[in-house]
Amino acid sequence: MDRPAATLIAALLALLAASSLVWMFQGIGGGNRAFILQLRGTKLAGLVVVGAAVGIATVLFQTVAANRVLTPSIMGFDALYVLLQTGLVASLGVAGFAALPNAARFLASVAAMSLLAAMLFGTLVGRGAKDIPRTILTGVILGVLFRSLSTFLARIMDPNAFAVVQSVSFASFGSIDAALLPVAGGIAALCMAGAMWLAPRLDVVALGREAAVSLGLRFDRLVLVTLGLVGMLVSVSTALVGPVAFFGLLVAGLAHGLAPSARHAVLLPAAGLIGAVVLVAGQTLFERLMGQAATLSVVVEFAGGLFFLFLLLKGRVR
Amino acid sequence: MNARPLAAGLALALLVLASLGTGAARIDLAAGGGWTTLVLMESRLPRTLAVLLTGAALAVAGTVIQSLVRNRFVGPDTAGTGESAALGLLGITLLAPAAPIWIKMVAASLAAMAGTALFLAIVRRLPVREVMLVPIAGLVLSGIIGSVVTWIAWEADLLQFVGTWLGSGEFSGVIAGRYELLWIAGAAAGLAWFAADRFAILSLGDGVAIGLGLSTRGVMRLGMVVVSVVSALVVTTVGMIPFVGLVVPNIVARIMGDNLRASIPVVAAGGAGLLLACDLLGRIVRHPYEIPVGTILGIAGSVIFLWLLYRPVSHG
Amino acid sequence: MIRINGLTHRIGATPILHDIDLTLPRGKLIALIGPNGAGKSTLLRLVARLEPLQAGRIEIDGLDLATTGTERLALAMAVMGQQTHVASRLRVAELVGFGRWPHHHGRPRAADREAVEQALDAFGLTPLRHRFLDEISGGQAQRAHLAMTFAQGTDWLLLDEPLNNLDMAHSRTLMARLADLVGARGRSVLTVVHEVNYAAAWADHIIAMKDGRIVAEGAPETVLTEPVLSALYDTPIEVSRHDDRPLVLHHHWHDQLGSPFPKPSDDTLRVLH
Ligand SMILES: Nc1ncnc2c1ncn2[C@@H]1O[C@H](COP(=O)(O)OP(=O)(O)OP(=O)(O)O)[C@@H](O)[C@H]1O
Ligand SMILES: [Mg+2]
Repeated sequence: MDRPAATLIAALLALLAASSLVWMFQGIGGGNRAFILQLRGTKLAGLVVVGAAVGIATVLFQTVAANRVLTPSIMGFDALYVLLQTGLVASLGVAGFAALPNAARFLASVAAMSLLAAMLFGTLVGRGAKDIPRTILTGVILGVLFRSLSTFLARIMDPNAFAVVQSVSFASFGSIDAALLPVAGGIAALCMAGAMWLAPRLDVVALGREAAVSLGLRFDRLVLVTLGLVGMLVSVSTALVGPVAFFGLLVAGLAHGLAPSARHAVLLPAAGLIGAVVLVAGQTLFERLMGQAATLSVVVEFAGGLFFLFLLLKGRVR
Repeated sequence: MNARPLAAGLALALLVLASLGTGAARIDLAAGGGWTTLVLMESRLPRTLAVLLTGAALAVAGTVIQSLVRNRFVGPDTAGTGESAALGLLGITLLAPAAPIWIKMVAASLAAMAGTALFLAIVRRLPVREVMLVPIAGLVLSGIIGSVVTWIAWEADLLQFVGTWLGSGEFSGVIAGRYELLWIAGAAAGLAWFAADRFAILSLGDGVAIGLGLSTRGVMRLGMVVVSVVSALVVTTVGMIPFVGLVVPNIVARIMGDNLRASIPVVAAGGAGLLLACDLLGRIVRHPYEIPVGTILGIAGSVIFLWLLYRPVSHG
Repeated sequence: MIRINGLTHRIGATPILHDIDLTLPRGKLIALIGPNGAGKSTLLRLVARLEPLQAGRIEIDGLDLATTGTERLALAMAVMGQQTHVASRLRVAELVGFGRWPHHHGRPRAADREAVEQALDAFGLTPLRHRFLDEISGGQAQRAHLAMTFAQGTDWLLLDEPLNNLDMAHSRTLMARLADLVGARGRSVLTVVHEVNYAAAWADHIIAMKDGRIVAEGAPETVLTEPVLSALYDTPIEVSRHDDRPLVLHHHWHDQLGSPFPKPSDDTLRVLH
């Protein structure tokens, strides 16, 4: 890694460390230190995992789709995850679902999600989608379809199961599912390692399908593998905090803007770190300094949405 | 050509009858009696009317907004209009909780109008040839305004309250006395029919419209009033109803074209029929429980919309 | 009569029209010619009140453009823009019918229906009247838009490149119809034309524009001359005469011509051959 890139990564690491320290130790009182630290530690880990997963998933997806305004969320990935979850509940019943060990249930959804995402979105974006706006619109509509199907399934099987679906349908950085954290973190780490391993080939993918194929890359297979990774990363973040539509766009935009090179070996870690920093620093700001635990998701969505509109008006969507 | 309207009218009439006969309470339409009359007049009839009015008004509002932005892929529910109405209602509820209902409706409509105006301003600045960007901009704008509404509601502890507007719409709560505002939405749609030629000319382009001596601004404003009033009243009485305003005008235009004077009544009937069919389905599928019509439409509507997106286009 | 005084127009900071003074006589077929980007469409759009006036004054048959209501103006002039594509799914007859809107505002009378029939007939559209605009050819759609402008029945017709997409026969028919409107019914036509020989054959009056200025104006004989045209289009042009009218010869062997584009270098030519 060259000088400027190393500097960026180091600076991001320092930022992350600093905001984590503030998060852990700000205003900590005398009593019950250990308990509070443990609580905060869990949440910190969750935020870092989610931020990194969303950031990396978005960069991966944008590379494969050859477009800077697409994100897995905009394309309905997280809605697909929620639908899968509901489908599992529907086929196993609420009781059966609850009886499954957390980790097993999660692993099953992640595996299914990864497969489905690769199959469904591979055809949609894999060929270097020519009509990008139409592709986006398709994704958005698929999202609506998946969400409605989830609700429908939930209502059909048991009006009470509806609550289960509702709880995974809204983003909240305040309440992270601690029980899932070890498995989710493990999967995310594996995916990130895989992405880093693919990094040199992704640089070639970024040249476009034709160039990549003539350089001897097995393009279509690589696209499927990458989409599978994206599916897993999205599952992780959705399972932990729920769907976040525009956050990834913001992170990937920042990563592309800040990184001194377009090489994925730099881009991917930068995006992961930026995502983590934004979430940790943001949550510290909102929960500790402003006393509003739930507003980060709204603010992030708001800012991301505005950023997207800005890109639209600048004519960058193409 | 003559048999078709007849068949369509018959189908709509059958749907209405089915709607009057379906519900949680058991009644015998043939036998009659006090209980039956009560259920009919207090619950079934108001509900059926509410569905018909909402479907018709939304579909017409869809036609209107599509001719304002000259784009087939937008509807009143994808232009930020509904979310803006919720924002306005939320605002007035916080500022003047005791205000009479009509003031609240005016506030909601005004806010919806501002949101629609914002959408139109954004659309004007988009690259002209990119047809698909318009609905995307609308969806993103809806998302942004929606997140503001959620945030304010969270702060003011009114999330429950707001949920009924932004969630998927349903008619199960409609009884006599709770839906009558929808007549105003119906009247707004009627107004659109009255001005149908103007909207048709506007959709030919500013140049043609001005050349024919039309005040484009005036027509724009009229259209915004129609769309905003319809969306505001629908959102506040029954919640978000997706896709009706999007797919019905598309299908009607495919069959009979854009001569709005002739097509608006068909659009209205189509919207009413589609919504009533979905509402009925929602009542039947898991009787005696109900599935919100918004959910049913979310499935049916998105499938139709995807078909519209990918059907082979006639060259033009 | 259309009077234009001190008309200046800019888009952003770029000046497009420079202080134009022009009087367009009534009862004539007036052709507006000039190279791409000369400002012809801009001038036409300003007269047609499709662009807001920035500086200057325009008067049409005594009506001041700045103060007259747009509905009144629609009875005085009909406009057809350079881009005629519409996204609306209308039938040919419905489109032409909207040309009568300024007269009936939604309640067509027998006279309006009659005018629509005549316009359809004049452009050979009667067999296509029930077809949708997106299901006919480009030239047929162009004729539908022209028919709509004709149906409006105004004293002035402003047309921006009406010959676009039209084949040779329909081009000639259109010019003949315009000449007939002018000659037999005393109407007035201002039309942008690129094919100068149509102007030479049919126009009574020609205005030549370049870089936002009027560079020549007058009868075809005075404007369509070798020096004027060669300077106007920056390329040598030969003018002969036919039937007592100028005939512009510009389909020469291209090697003899200076072209508005930089001449390809010998290397490029070698590659091309
Ligand atoms: N929207 C715009 N923004 C900036 N410049 C413009 C715009 N529209 C036109 N222009 C410029 O104004 C000048 C005049 O344009 P205009 O359309 O009037 O030309 P024209 O004579 O009709 O050309 P053509 O024969 O190609 O139709 C051109 O130099 C053009 O580049
Ligand atoms: Mg022009």
